[in-house]
Amino acid sequence: MATQELTAQQKAALRLSERQGKPANLWLDAWNRLIRNRAAVLGGIVVILLILTAILAPVIAPYHYAKGDSAEAYTVPNWLIGLLPGNISAYAKTSSKFLLGSDYLGRDMLSRLIYGTRVSLPVGFMGAFTALIIGLVYGCISGYYGGRVDNIMMRIVDIMYAFPTMLLIILMMAFFKSTFAKVEPGTVAYTFNQVNRVVDRILGLQGGGMLFIFMGIGITAWMGMARLARGQILSLKEKEFIEAAHMIGAGDIRIIVRHILPNIIGPCIVAETLAIPGYINTEVFLSFIGLGVDPPTPSWGAMISEGAQSIRSYPHMVLFPALALSLTMFAFNFLGDGLRDALDPKMKGTS
Amino acid sequence: MFRYIVRRLLWMIPVLFFISVITFSLAHAVPGGPFDREKALPAEIIANLNKYYGLDQPVWKQYVKYMSDILLRFDFGPVYSSRSRRVNDIFRDHLPISAQLGVLAMLIALGIGIPLGILAALKQNSFWDYLGMAVAIFGVSVPGIVLGPLLILIFALTLKWFPVAGWGTPAKMVLPSIALGMRESAIIARLTRASMLQVIREDYIRTARAKGLTERAVMIRHALKNAFIPVATILGPMFAVLVTGTFVIEQIFAIPGMGKYFITSITNRDYPVVMGTILLYAVFLVIANLAVDITYAFLDPRIRYT
Repeated sequence: MATQELTAQQKAALRLSERQGKPANLWLDAWNRLIRNRAAVLGGIVVILLILTAILAPVIAPYHYAKGDSAEAYTVPNWLIGLLPGNISAYAKTSSKFLLGSDYLGRDMLSRLIYGTRVSLPVGFMGAFTALIIGLVYGCISGYYGGRVDNIMMRIVDIMYAFPTMLLIILMMAFFKSTFAKVEPGTVAYTFNQVNRVVDRILGLQGGGMLFIFMGIGITAWMGMARLARGQILSLKEKEFIEAAHMIGAGDIRIIVRHILPNIIGPCIVAETLAIPGYINTEVFLSFIGLGVDPPTPSWGAMISEGAQSIRSYPHMVLFPALALSLTMFAFNFLGDGLRDALDPKMKGTS
Repeated sequence: MFRYIVRRLLWMIPVLFFISVITFSLAHAVPGGPFDREKALPAEIIANLNKYYGLDQPVWKQYVKYMSDILLRFDFGPVYSSRSRRVNDIFRDHLPISAQLGVLAMLIALGIGIPLGILAALKQNSFWDYLGMAVAIFGVSVPGIVLGPLLILIFALTLKWFPVAGWGTPAKMVLPSIALGMRESAIIARLTRASMLQVIREDYIRTARAKGLTERAVMIRHALKNAFIPVATILGPMFAVLVTGTFVIEQIFAIPGMGKYFITSITNRDYPVVMGTILLYAVFLVIANLAVDITYAFLDPRIRYT
C-alpha cells in the first residue's frame, strides 16, 4: 500500500473521511463497549429478568403472597432436605407443594420472593431517580452560579453529610410511621396517606407504605449526587464552549440544559447505578429493624429477619431471601461497573 | 503538632454541641412519647411519669438539664424503658462487647483488604488481581445481613466448626467478625488497589527505581506510604461505625452489644438513650478522624500541622 508515503496531514484527512457518515457518538461507542463486557451483560440480563419478574408477579407466583395455611407452616422443600444438617429431617415437614418451602404462617416462600421484587426494585430505581433529579438540580444551581450561593448551598450539604445517614433515615421513618398512621380527613398526613395508597396500588401491593420508604431514602440520597454534579460543573463552566454560548447570548437555563448537562450526565448515571444496591440494602435494613414495609407485604429484609430468628430449626427461611438479595446486588454492581468502564474508558480498572 | 491536636480537640466542643442540639430536636420532633403502649396507660400515670422525668418542661429546658447532668456529673440520664438502669449502665455493659467485635472486624478488614489491594495493584491482570476484584465485588454485593446467616448455615450448622451465636469465647467471635469485616475489607481492597495503581505511575517512583533502590524498598518506603493516605481517610468513619455497634450482625448472632440501642431507642422515643448513643458515636468519629489526620503527617512529610 502507498500509505507509507502519505504525510501526517493526509493520514488525518483519510481518517476523517472514513469517519464521515458515521459520526462519533458517545452513547453508541459506550453501548458497543458495554456489550463486549461479559460481566456487565450478565448483570444487565439478570436486572431485566428481575424487572420482568416484578411486572409479571401475579402470573408467575404460584400462590398468593399473603395467604397461607398455618397447618402447612415451616415446610421444607423435598429437594433441599438432603443438603441441610441431618437433624432437621428428623422433625421438619417436607413437601413438594412449595418449591422453596413455606414460612412460619405457611405462606409460599417463592411467591413472597417474587412479590418482594416489587419492593426492592422500585426502592432501588426510585432512590436513584430522586437522587439524580434533586442532586442534579441542586448541584447545577450551586456549581453554575458559584460564589455566595455555592458557599451557602454546599455548607448545608456538609452539615447534612456530617450527620449519620442511617440515623436520619431511621428518624424519618419513625416520624412518617407515627405521623401518617392517624388518618383524619383534611390533614396533611391524610393526603400523604392517600398518595401512599395510590403508590401501593400502582405497585400491586396491598398496603406497604412504599411512599414513605421512597421519601426516607430520597431525602438522604441526593447529597452525594449534588456534590458530584457541582464538582463537574465547576470545571466545565470555565471551558471555552460555555464562554462561546454566553457570547452568542444563550440564557442560563439553556446553557445548563443544552451545554452542561449532556457533558456531566454520564458520570452521574454511573454513580447512581452503583448506588442502587445501597438503596436496596437500606430498605432491607429498614425492614429488618421493623421500620420498612408493613406486613404482610413481602420484603426481602423482613423475610431475612424472620428467617434469622429460626435459622437453627428452619434454615431455608433465611437462605432463599438472602440469596435473592445477593443475586440482585451482584447484578447491579456488575452492570454499574460495566457502565462506568463503557462511559469513561480512561477510568477502566483504576477504581 | 501538639498545638494542632489541642486545637482539634477544642473543635470537638462546637461539633458535639451542634450534633447534640440537632439530635435532641429531631428526636423530640418525632410524634409520640416514651410511654405510648399498645394498651394506652391512663392519662394520669403518663402525666406523672412525664413529670418524674421532667418531660413536662419545655424542650430547651430539658436540653439544658440533660447537658448539665453530663458535664457536671457525667450522668447520661435515665432509661425510660427500665426503672433500674441508666444510660451509663448501658455504656458500661454493652460498649465493651461492641468494641471487641468492631476491633476484630476492623483487623479482619485490614488484614484481608490491604495485602490483597497491594498484590492486585502490583501484579495487575494476574491471579491476585482477579482475586482482589472478586473479593471487592463479593464484599459489596453480599451485605452482612446475607453473609451472617450464610456463615451460620455453612460453618456452624453444617460443618459445626463454630458455635451458632453468642459472645464471650474466642470461637464465638470468629463468624460475626468475618460477617462484619468482609464488606469493609472489600472497600479497603478496592481503594488500596486504585490508589496504589495511581501512585506507582508517579515520577518519584521512577526516580526511586532509577537511583537503584530494590523493588521492595521502592514499594514499601515510597509507594505504599503515599498510597495509604486515601485508605487512612476512610478508616476513621469505618472505625467509629464498627466500634459503636452494628444492629444487624449483633441481632443475627445474638450478641449483647450497643447496636440494639441505636434502633430501639428511636422507635421507643427513649430520648436519653438516643442522645447517649449518638453522642458516643460522634465522639468516636471525631477522635478517629483526628487520629487519621495525625497519621497523614507520618505518611507524607509534606503534610505539616501548625
